[in-house]
Amino acid sequence: MILKPISQDFKNIGYYLGKIILGLGCVMFMPIIFGVALGEINPALDFLIGAEITLIFGFILTKLCFTDNDLSWMQGMIVVSLSWLVATILGAIPLYLSGHWSSYLDTCFDAMSGFATTGLALVQNLDHLSMTHNLWRHLIMFMGGQGIVIVALSFFIKGASGAFKMYVGEARDERILPNVVHTSRFIWLVSITYLVLGTLALGITGVCEGMKPLNAFFHGACIFMAAFDTGGFAPQSQNILYYHSLTFEVITIIIMLLGAINFKLHYHIWMGNRKEIVKNIETRALFAAILITFLVVALGLNQTGTYAKAIGLFRKGFYQLVSGHTGTGFMTIYAPQFINEWNHLALVGVIIAMALGGAVCSTTGAIKMLRVGVIFKALLEDIKRIILPDKAIVVKKIHHIKEIFLEDKQARAALLITMAYLCLYGLGAMIGMWFGYPFLDSLFESTSAAANVGLSCGITAVSMPAALKFTYILQMWAGRLEFMSVFTLIGFIVSVFRGK
Amino acid sequence: MLKLRLSHLVFMLCTLSFVISFSNCSAQPISSAELIQNAKVYDGRTIVYTGEVIGDIMARGDFAWVNINDGKNAIGVWMNKGLAANIIYTGSYRFKGDSVEIIGVFHRACPDHGGDLDIHAQGVRKINSGRQTIERFNLNKRNMALVLLGILCLVLVLRQLR
Repeated sequence: MILKPISQDFKNIGYYLGKIILGLGCVMFMPIIFGVALGEINPALDFLIGAEITLIFGFILTKLCFTDNDLSWMQGMIVVSLSWLVATILGAIPLYLSGHWSSYLDTCFDAMSGFATTGLALVQNLDHLSMTHNLWRHLIMFMGGQGIVIVALSFFIKGASGAFKMYVGEARDERILPNVVHTSRFIWLVSITYLVLGTLALGITGVCEGMKPLNAFFHGACIFMAAFDTGGFAPQSQNILYYHSLTFEVITIIIMLLGAINFKLHYHIWMGNRKEIVKNIETRALFAAILITFLVVALGLNQTGTYAKAIGLFRKGFYQLVSGHTGTGFMTIYAPQFINEWNHLALVGVIIAMALGGAVCSTTGAIKMLRVGVIFKALLEDIKRIILPDKAIVVKKIHHIKEIFLEDKQARAALLITMAYLCLYGLGAMIGMWFGYPFLDSLFESTSAAANVGLSCGITAVSMPAALKFTYILQMWAGRLEFMSVFTLIGFIVSVFRGK
Repeated sequence: MLKLRLSHLVFMLCTLSFVISFSNCSAQPISSAELIQNAKVYDGRTIVYTGEVIGDIMARGDFAWVNINDGKNAIGVWMNKGLAANIIYTGSYRFKGDSVEIIGVFHRACPDHGGDLDIHAQGVRKINSGRQTIERFNLNKRNMALVLLGILCLVLVLRQLR
């Protein structure tokens, strides 16, 4: 029997959702200050309007639903899944007011793409977009990468005992420190330290490569946020190709890889335990997967003969591959080139890389390397069991921060999430094909959206059907939250109508 | 006197070569979409491409990268620094960039630039000069912000009431 939710459920959900919305409204003051400082008054007004609507909504919710009660697991999951949808709708307001998006659906597409750190974009005339709006596009990636709830946990929901439930709901099941609020603050400490270093490195490179200093450091900050949070937006329409710089590409590759590493591993590296990088199952699996998928891409590109020199093949192949594998979506080629200049083998290599993703508890999406490592080890264990005598005891361990005995339930959980992702990739591809796009193109774009990558082979465009835009929005949302909180929300909606 | 004549001669030759290079390439400008979509067809061919200069002019030694947007896509153009000297305005939020016509060799995967899709310019002609765009204060947005501020204050006052 399905139980109908009681009014206290709605109150708890509404109250914590309101808190998160208030957090979002406060963050909107950053572009307002930035816009006023640069003299971009109309863009600053767009954000003032956006912040006011967001704060009004947040204050009303927290007043009407005020409660002292803790969140249950179900409520925590629902708060998370709803907060990503509401943040998308409210975060899109200032972007839409700029006039650079042709419809509110397109704006929501870009806002979800930003929050979910995907990087697919429908913005028009990006090269003339204000710096204030551009800052917001990248700031939402920075927030989304760390997690919208992490923002609220760090600053607005101090010591709430329901915090961990929301933290888990945002696809982060690993606590770095015993207290989840301290964990959130550590994530911010790592991110902001790297933000300063990354912006300096990219800004100085930009100046050396001929950019004006203000532009160079602004682009540096934006590109850092998009790279570390494995987002993929860029301030110019050509994405990373705009810079025509090998140094820029090398630095962004390093930042993308840093973003794809587990925050728990960052913590151990910061604490001086550098050997963990070599021993950790995730980094090993990531290294092996990058090597194997790059081999596939390189073989494919070699067949096409598009790149006459090895350096060209390496720069284009490896960059797109790492960008896809880490879930970033930075591009140094034009979207149609994937279809016109790359062959199927190279495309399949990139699709596999996108589908696998980076580490758990990082800013990446997709299946993730810990699960891949666990499934691979479990498979090896099963093969050993068959080969060895019946009486032999097979004990399998994995090293992830500490030695962990691999149990069937871990392998089953990893396999379930992997299956869910594969279904999501396939479902999006089928919808793409239903709209008349070829199989490989549809699979490429669907995997990119669901794995929160952002590489595009050209399907993502203003002219694509609204239903497909909506499909990709849902894929980005479900993929980023790793299903559980989305399934809980669906279950909750069903119980509202069918519960007793 | 001889020095003056020589300088006149050099100037005339430069002008002549520029005019000839453009007159020889009688073809219509090719759009970025066409170039990207059919890159293999145009690879290594001399083409004409027009558009607005956007972003930074990035000097690299004696050369510079100039990104030119024709309204659909921007393509990087590799040109002699001297050719880029005429470009005054580059497109951004505050500026409409100079519109230029480029004659140059198109590469779908340039061997000199790590496989970039680019154009190596042989000549650049300014079609229209850019300008600073004047940002008019949007009164509708201001009024909307004021109304919302009033509502926000009202909500805050009502929150204090039981």
